[in-house]
Amino acid sequence: MKVLMFGWEFPPYNSGGLGVACWGLTKALAELGIDVVFVLPKSVPIGATHCNMRFADSYGEISFRKIETCLTPYITSAQFMNMKGRVVGMYGGSLFDEVLRYAELARDIVRDETFDVIHAHDWLSFLAGIEAKKMTGKPLVVHVHATEFDRVGGGSVNQFVYEIEREGMHYADRVVAVSQFTKNIIIEKYGVPEEKITVVHNGVEEKNFIGVVGVPEFVRQLKKNGKKIVLFVGRITLQKGPDYFVNIAKRVSEYMDNVYFVVSGSGDMEGKMIEDAARSGIAEKFIFTGFLRGDELDSVYRSADMYIMPSVSEPFGIAPLEAVQQGVPTLISRQSGVSEVLSHALKADFWDIDDMASKVVGVLEHKSLQKTLREFSLKEVTKINWKEAAQKCILLYNKF
Amino acid sequence: MPSVCFYFQVHQPMRIKRYSIFDIGRERNYFVGGEGKTNNEMILNKVSGKCYIPTNRTILGLLQKYPDFKVSYSLSGVFLDQLLEFAPDVLKSFQDLVDTGQVELLNETYYHSLSFLYSKEEFREQVRSHKKIIKDLFGVTPRVFRNTELIYNNDIAREVENLGYVGILAEGADHVLGWKSPNFLYRPKGTDNIKLLLKNYRLSDDIAFRFGSKDWKDYPLTADKFASWVSGHNGSGNTINLFMDYETFGEHQWEDTGIFNFLSALPGEVLKNPDNNFKTPSELIRDFDTVGELDVPQYMSWADIERDLSAWRSNDMQHEALTAVYELERAVLASGDEVLQKDWRRLLTSDHFYYMCTKWFADGDVHKYFSPYETPYDAFISFMNVLKDMKIRLSESEKQKEHSVPIKKMYAQT
Repeated sequence: MKVLMFGWEFPPYNSGGLGVACWGLTKALAELGIDVVFVLPKSVPIGATHCNMRFADSYGEISFRKIETCLTPYITSAQFMNMKGRVVGMYGGSLFDEVLRYAELARDIVRDETFDVIHAHDWLSFLAGIEAKKMTGKPLVVHVHATEFDRVGGGSVNQFVYEIEREGMHYADRVVAVSQFTKNIIIEKYGVPEEKITVVHNGVEEKNFIGVVGVPEFVRQLKKNGKKIVLFVGRITLQKGPDYFVNIAKRVSEYMDNVYFVVSGSGDMEGKMIEDAARSGIAEKFIFTGFLRGDELDSVYRSADMYIMPSVSEPFGIAPLEAVQQGVPTLISRQSGVSEVLSHALKADFWDIDDMASKVVGVLEHKSLQKTLREFSLKEVTKINWKEAAQKCILLYNKF
Repeated sequence: MPSVCFYFQVHQPMRIKRYSIFDIGRERNYFVGGEGKTNNEMILNKVSGKCYIPTNRTILGLLQKYPDFKVSYSLSGVFLDQLLEFAPDVLKSFQDLVDTGQVELLNETYYHSLSFLYSKEEFREQVRSHKKIIKDLFGVTPRVFRNTELIYNNDIAREVENLGYVGILAEGADHVLGWKSPNFLYRPKGTDNIKLLLKNYRLSDDIAFRFGSKDWKDYPLTADKFASWVSGHNGSGNTINLFMDYETFGEHQWEDTGIFNFLSALPGEVLKNPDNNFKTPSELIRDFDTVGELDVPQYMSWADIERDLSAWRSNDMQHEALTAVYELERAVLASGDEVLQKDWRRLLTSDHFYYMCTKWFADGDVHKYFSPYETPYDAFISFMNVLKDMKIRLSESEKQKEHSVPIKKMYAQT
């Protein structure tokens, strides 16, 4: 069984969960004996050995070049145009030209490869997937990690993106959704028949060993003085609910004065978040670390007393599982896919600030609650792995 | 000739509504007006409609039709409180059953509590108050005791004997019985007269748990099949003790499983064999001698596959919550505030701690099914917040007392 996969990003050149998910899934597929050819739109030095990489922009002469680009799967067109002025990229046109260009370049790869199934991840690669199916007649699976409705977090949807998503879902033989939450959106907003959609929950890569990572100095100081730390990790965009995080912080601070709120990530709402915190008179309780990865991120996780994901609309959400792996009790938005697979977490509606805040205080005040949450979620997270996700995909491939 | 002894447990806790830190000091109705499954009045009405009313009607018909049919009940005090408040018609239907003279009522702790494990004084008080409410509402005085969730060991048997009871009920757990049969009466180790009745969990659970299960090899269970299993114990036992939650009928096993038809047909089928009969716990105690001593040093219960205490105290939250609530005992009693005392006792109900159980939670087991909370953690948070509010009330009533002392003194002087 050989699968031709179209993606958009891959670690370490990823800006978020999509790249992590593609890595985890392809690795597990390879371990189960599936050949995966993974296509990326542009050349980047990838260390992965478990699948064959193809780069659409330099096919035939695989060169490892780092390309300065502002493309991320999470960007909106307006943001792209805005950023383009500041970044010297080699691409012309808009984000949408990039997507179209990717589909065109994919043709050469399709012509040379043999494969049984085409598997395309998220809208940026859907057109490439459609192109491949048109050329070969092979079955197409589109994998929905996020929809436009999640990305805009209640704002207005970009018609062009929506059209591509819709076309991909309808043209595909099978749609994979990362959660029941996402499946419902696909049915309701894209009119895809329910029986065409399979839910394949993401996994999380097992942490074989927890590295010895130092605690950041500022955190060490706080902890020494008996302060508690509540953590937010993720892109600071409308979708992730940073404004709700500030409101929760405000409410918690009314009740406990020794709690600090650490924000790890970056995004277009960072400025607003700082302003909001200042307006609420709790700016000094906030610490912004910027975007972190690897050991640095781990060390922040490890120092947290609690992790919150107040996302407005989260198709899956891998970060809470990473927090669990680091032994951090979690509070997650019910409007998320991860809440379908993680039972040992506190859950609340993202808009219910009082409920969220009450749960934060509950955890911070009761060691027994922290300990029980930690103990049972750690046990549970080992069962949320990529192997299971890969097996579900293989079942799907075998049906064609 | 095996006698069939039915004992039904009837209990509804006072569930705590979602109670956040922001409710502390403001909201004192912990048990009223909850949303969804924490709304006690709504739950009581629902279960009354599905179970209590139709099952009582069925049982009453059977008692009238078969003068030899007997059953026994234990109705928790918190359950009776709720009947008095929300469903007097259901209370009346239980009174009608008792009035037939074929129904025995048992005693338990009023608040369906784990008090024996934490405070003997509180345990005795709750046994006393339960005895009183049964006498007040039904005009009878129970002689047989069953502890919350059939939690049992030698010490409990001894304590209950000292309180004057002639019998006590327990689970017929394999790990305690070994080769011994649950179908005889035993003498608890360290007691003189009290007799121990053990649940035949296989036959009980055939009705309570497996009845509607289509992948069970004996599905569908019919009354004549079950009666033949009972008769099969002829010569190898005195009694078949069928102990189960009353909510089995109509609530756990829905009407469409045929559970009511089964119940209606069962007495007739059992009595077809002239060697069989029905007895209440007191009648078993009167008619049968014990066959030996049973030594149960460890606590056992009828809960979960472990049949121990782990349903209520296996994680740190449960331990903390239990310790914290019993720590208030002295202060609550000293306050003399009856409303506060009642609220505190309602917090002692074992169900609150059952909801905090994390064992098997991720597998969606019965704890999750029976819990009105989304997670065990939510159960814990609401409970602990209520305790905080209660502490505020305690300090308030403390202050009031301080103020009232000089006034009293002044009056005394004049």
